[in-house]
Amino acid sequence: MSVTLDIRLKRANKVYREGEAVAGVIVLACKEPLQHHGISLSMEGVVNLQLSSKSVGVFEAFYNSVKPIQLISSNIEVAKAGKIPGGKTEIPFEFPLHTKGNKVLYETYHGVFVNIQYSLRCDMRRSLLAKDLSRNCEFIVHCQPQKAKVAPTPVNFTITPDTLENTRERSLLPKFLIRGHLDATHCVISQPLTGEVVLENSDVPIKSIELQLVRVETCGCAEGYARDATEIQNIQIAEGDVCHGLSIPIYMVFPRLFTCPTLETTNFKVEFEVNVVIVLHDDHLITENFPLKLCRV
Amino acid sequence: MAAVQWRSRGRNYEAELQRCRPEVALVEFGDYHPLKPIMVTDTKTRHGARKGSTSSSSSSSSSVPPDPLSSMLDGTDPLSMFAAASASETPAISRSASAGDLGRKRKEKEEEAVGADFEPWSSKRGEILARFTTTEKLSINLFMGSDRGKAPSPGSSAVSEKVRTRLEELDDLEEGSQRELLNLSQQDYANRIEELNQSLKEAWASDQKVKALKIVIQCSKLLSDTSVIQFYPSKFVLITDILDTFGQLVYDRIWSMCSDPRPLPDSFTVDDVNDTAKETCLNWFFKIASIRELLPRLYVEAAILKCNRFLNKSGIQETLPRLTAMIKGIGDPLVAAYTRAYLCRVGVEVAPHLKDSLNQNFFDLLGTFRQIGGESVRKQLALQRVEAPEYLTLYSPAISWILQCIAYRAPEPLLTEMMERCKKLGNNALLLNSVMRAFRPEFVADRATDFIGMIKDCDEAGFPKHLLFGSLGRSLACADPPESERLTILNEAWKVITKVRSPRDYVNCAEIWVEFTCRHFTKREVNTILADIIKHMTPDRAFEDAYSQLQSVIRKILTYFHDFSVLFSMERFLPFLDMFQKDSVRVEVCRSIMEIFIKHQLDLTRDPVILNAMLHICKTMHDSVNALTLEDERRSLALLIIGFIRMVSFGRDFEQQLSFCVEARATFCNLEPVLVQLIHTVNQLAMETRRVMRGSHSRKTAAFVRACAAYSFITIPSLSSIFSRLSLYLLSGQVALANQCLSQADAFLKAAVSILPEVPRSISVEGKLRSSESFLLDFTNNFLAMLLVVPDHPEHGVLYLVRGLLNMVQDYTWEDNSDAKVRVYVSALPLLAAMGQETYVYSVPKVDSNETLYGGDPKFLSEINKLCETLIGQILDHLKVLGRDEQGTRRQGALAFSLFGVLLAHGDLRNNKLSQLAVNLWNLSHKHGHCEPRVSVSSRPRLTLAETHFSKTSLPVIIELFSHLAVFCPQISY
Repeated sequence: MSVTLDIRLKRANKVYREGEAVAGVIVLACKEPLQHHGISLSMEGVVNLQLSSKSVGVFEAFYNSVKPIQLISSNIEVAKAGKIPGGKTEIPFEFPLHTKGNKVLYETYHGVFVNIQYSLRCDMRRSLLAKDLSRNCEFIVHCQPQKAKVAPTPVNFTITPDTLENTRERSLLPKFLIRGHLDATHCVISQPLTGEVVLENSDVPIKSIELQLVRVETCGCAEGYARDATEIQNIQIAEGDVCHGLSIPIYMVFPRLFTCPTLETTNFKVEFEVNVVIVLHDDHLITENFPLKLCRV
Repeated sequence: MAAVQWRSRGRNYEAELQRCRPEVALVEFGDYHPLKPIMVTDTKTRHGARKGSTSSSSSSSSSVPPDPLSSMLDGTDPLSMFAAASASETPAISRSASAGDLGRKRKEKEEEAVGADFEPWSSKRGEILARFTTTEKLSINLFMGSDRGKAPSPGSSAVSEKVRTRLEELDDLEEGSQRELLNLSQQDYANRIEELNQSLKEAWASDQKVKALKIVIQCSKLLSDTSVIQFYPSKFVLITDILDTFGQLVYDRIWSMCSDPRPLPDSFTVDDVNDTAKETCLNWFFKIASIRELLPRLYVEAAILKCNRFLNKSGIQETLPRLTAMIKGIGDPLVAAYTRAYLCRVGVEVAPHLKDSLNQNFFDLLGTFRQIGGESVRKQLALQRVEAPEYLTLYSPAISWILQCIAYRAPEPLLTEMMERCKKLGNNALLLNSVMRAFRPEFVADRATDFIGMIKDCDEAGFPKHLLFGSLGRSLACADPPESERLTILNEAWKVITKVRSPRDYVNCAEIWVEFTCRHFTKREVNTILADIIKHMTPDRAFEDAYSQLQSVIRKILTYFHDFSVLFSMERFLPFLDMFQKDSVRVEVCRSIMEIFIKHQLDLTRDPVILNAMLHICKTMHDSVNALTLEDERRSLALLIIGFIRMVSFGRDFEQQLSFCVEARATFCNLEPVLVQLIHTVNQLAMETRRVMRGSHSRKTAAFVRACAAYSFITIPSLSSIFSRLSLYLLSGQVALANQCLSQADAFLKAAVSILPEVPRSISVEGKLRSSESFLLDFTNNFLAMLLVVPDHPEHGVLYLVRGLLNMVQDYTWEDNSDAKVRVYVSALPLLAAMGQETYVYSVPKVDSNETLYGGDPKFLSEINKLCETLIGQILDHLKVLGRDEQGTRRQGALAFSLFGVLLAHGDLRNNKLSQLAVNLWNLSHKHGHCEPRVSVSSRPRLTLAETHFSKTSLPVIIELFSHLAVFCPQISY
């Protein structure tokens, strides 16, 4: 006797904001009538923090995993113990997305050390002989639009051998001049990062120009805090020895789930940076870093 | 049934003719008539017509009656329908059958939006594949894993090659697998790509969308590899096929997601798309936006550009400029140019109205043009040992395509602007070439002088000038430059062309310009050009490698010069023909000339220039015939030569015509159909002479006519086909007789009779072996009919020829079990009966037939009757033999019936014995019930005919006959 349990949200994109209602149906499909001991549905929003071994050492990382922070939690009984008729049964439900107290619903974010996740869980308890059924379904929360509107301010940059830090032998460096600008570093998360870069001249051919999107996650805990920067994605914007003096567009779409509006709380921080990386023909890297501030409007 | 006494029935042909002439009965329009086409009356058209007037108007309105044959074919015959279907199919198939019929149809519709005059990519595709080839070894490098990039594990070199390939086969396209295929020939490469295309479709069909995307990404990555650069354009074609497939798959999937209640209309808007479809579409775009490498990201996004329609109205409009700008990031100019071409292609297909990004693409291309001569390109070329001119030509498909997209229905000022921009770049030859190829020929033609100036200014080093002039010539072949400039253009262009050293390049270019010259100039200029071509192509027998181009020159000249006297008065035309020294090509050229001649030479000609040249050409064709020539080939060559012979006429100068025929006979002796035609021509000549002389020859014309007969008489024996010999003998005999050449006619007929025994029992007709019997019967009947008017030779006995023929018939070895011999006898009876009449049914003017020679001499008549009796005796004997066995009865019946018919029509039934014989024959023919009533009913008119001649004594016979008939056809009333 097979039975399938599924949760279907009304919205195809599963995106909700605070104050809205998460609505959908529980779909039960079975061939014959089914006996059960009750169906329940719960909604949960949690921030999971993890300390990286790099910052605090392997053992501490293992033991001191920080307690998850619960953002929202509610539970309803969908059906009392009883029988479901055979065929397809749809049970509608609705959860208001309200927080208790002064808690804030952070936006969904999947990171390495910080994870903010919202999910619905449906459980069907059954008799001893049959296994209990459960189903998980993640939904996505977007935080409220930020009121403060910032006019985009372009950020210009110039990269020459002289501007470089962190080089061993400055004299061995080939000559080059790279100019460019980002249209804004205060970005709207739903809009791409734009700008342009111009390779004015270079003694050596270049191999590639890439945009590296980096997340900087900071977890605070009793012993202090851990700050880690990891790559989210790397987008190549120029390949091969590009024509000198030609403006090459910088264009990067912020990936969903892996980015969120820049977040700063008492316990953790999520920030983003972008690196413009120029790879020279001999695989030397020249990197220019820009901290970004993401927001949602 | 011993000897039967034959008496011919006396005939009054005149009166019979009068009686037989049917009354002219007009067939009413409504009446049924079997010869009238079946009219399917269209009720709609009838309706209107009926109201007005009588039905006559309506029948005339529907008097475009469908011929049953043509109506069945319904305009297009099934063969051409197939051809059309396959023609429309092929591009789709070669485009690797993108995602089912639905997709294909939609795709076609999409292309329609651009207009039929837009040369579609599919037509360029094959051209590129054929043109850019390589013999170098190619490699495909696929990393199906996520960005592990170039990490061929160093350990792998330790593993033997064999083990490695086996392991690779194992993971195939699994996650993380890496495949590197080395040493592929070009064909292998294409096959591999096609395999990938297939596995893409399979992956898609089995819902492995991620794998499908990976395949596409890996394939587009291949496009950044410019090793074996000569092959790059072809590689581009192959790989963009995969991208097209992918784009179509994604589009169709999202489309089908929206078609839940009913399919989306073609002109759907964003609001018609449901959320799920939008979300899926968005997922694709997000996924693609995160592709690491630039080139795959660009290509794949371009491939699914069309899907923007599901998301928002302005999506395509915003994406195109962005992608255009992104291409600037591609370092390799060739790769960038082709990426632009792809983007333009997709752009034109999806949003033909968005011209701006096309222009932008072109301007960006111009912006990066200096890269082509740059350091890294030069290094690469040196490494691959590719010359700069060859490298530059690799660009032309891409640039031409981009320019074609731009130039399509573009306003004049835009084109002018484009040209100005090109000029600013120092008249870059490559660009100029593409401009001339892509822009409207009219546009180019109007500025031809400018273009020539620009071509001259180009530096020689990069792009070869003859290619430029070639492109210009191609435009000028389609559109006319201003009248006043034409000569200057030709002079300027030819000045350069004639300096081209390599014969191959020269002829390629010259071939194009011939068309322009033929279009606008006279034979003098064309002649000059021909002379120049001859001069260039003769040294070192360079023409041997350029036959196709030279042929095309001839073809072009022939399309513009239909007047053959002009054509052949070009001094250089025949010397030009002499350059075709390979037999097959030579014949083909001659053949094309002949075809044009037959098609366009409408008037008969006697122009010695034409005749000489054509004879020369025909002789070339004729001389190509050898033992190995196929039958079809011979036939078609013969037809062409015949076509020429028919056009030759010397007017009243008959003797010259005859001598032409003599010459032609000597020249074309190997082609029998030509000889046959010559005999016909000569016979016609004789008859023409007779017509001119109004039937009475003078001494001179009589001699001429005899000469004609002599011509035929000595030509006919050289034919191998026995039946054409026979029929020509007969025909020539008739002609001779008509021209009062009695002895010649006798000779023809005698010759015919004498070769009768040679007729084989079976001949091959259209490749199948068939019995010759029916042909022979036809011929003898024909021959017998002729014999009526041939007067007996004074030195030979009475009915010499008839006896001769009958003897031959008797001695001929007929097939076993055949009635043919007896049939000849049966058909000889009417002849003999006709010979016994006082006046013959027909006669030849000015020739005395036997009627006048013998004047009804009883001896002559009894001779005839004796002959008849012998024949009847023979026939009856044969009937007896047939009666012996069971199988013979049917034939016996038929034969008896035919003899009965002859008796009825030609015999004098007042003679008791004859009438008794007739009755017996009738009974015999019906004895076994084999005789069909229908056949016997058809003899009714003959019976009525006979009726009037019967005396009272034979009345019982008639009544008996009629009663028999009534049994079979009661519906006939007497």
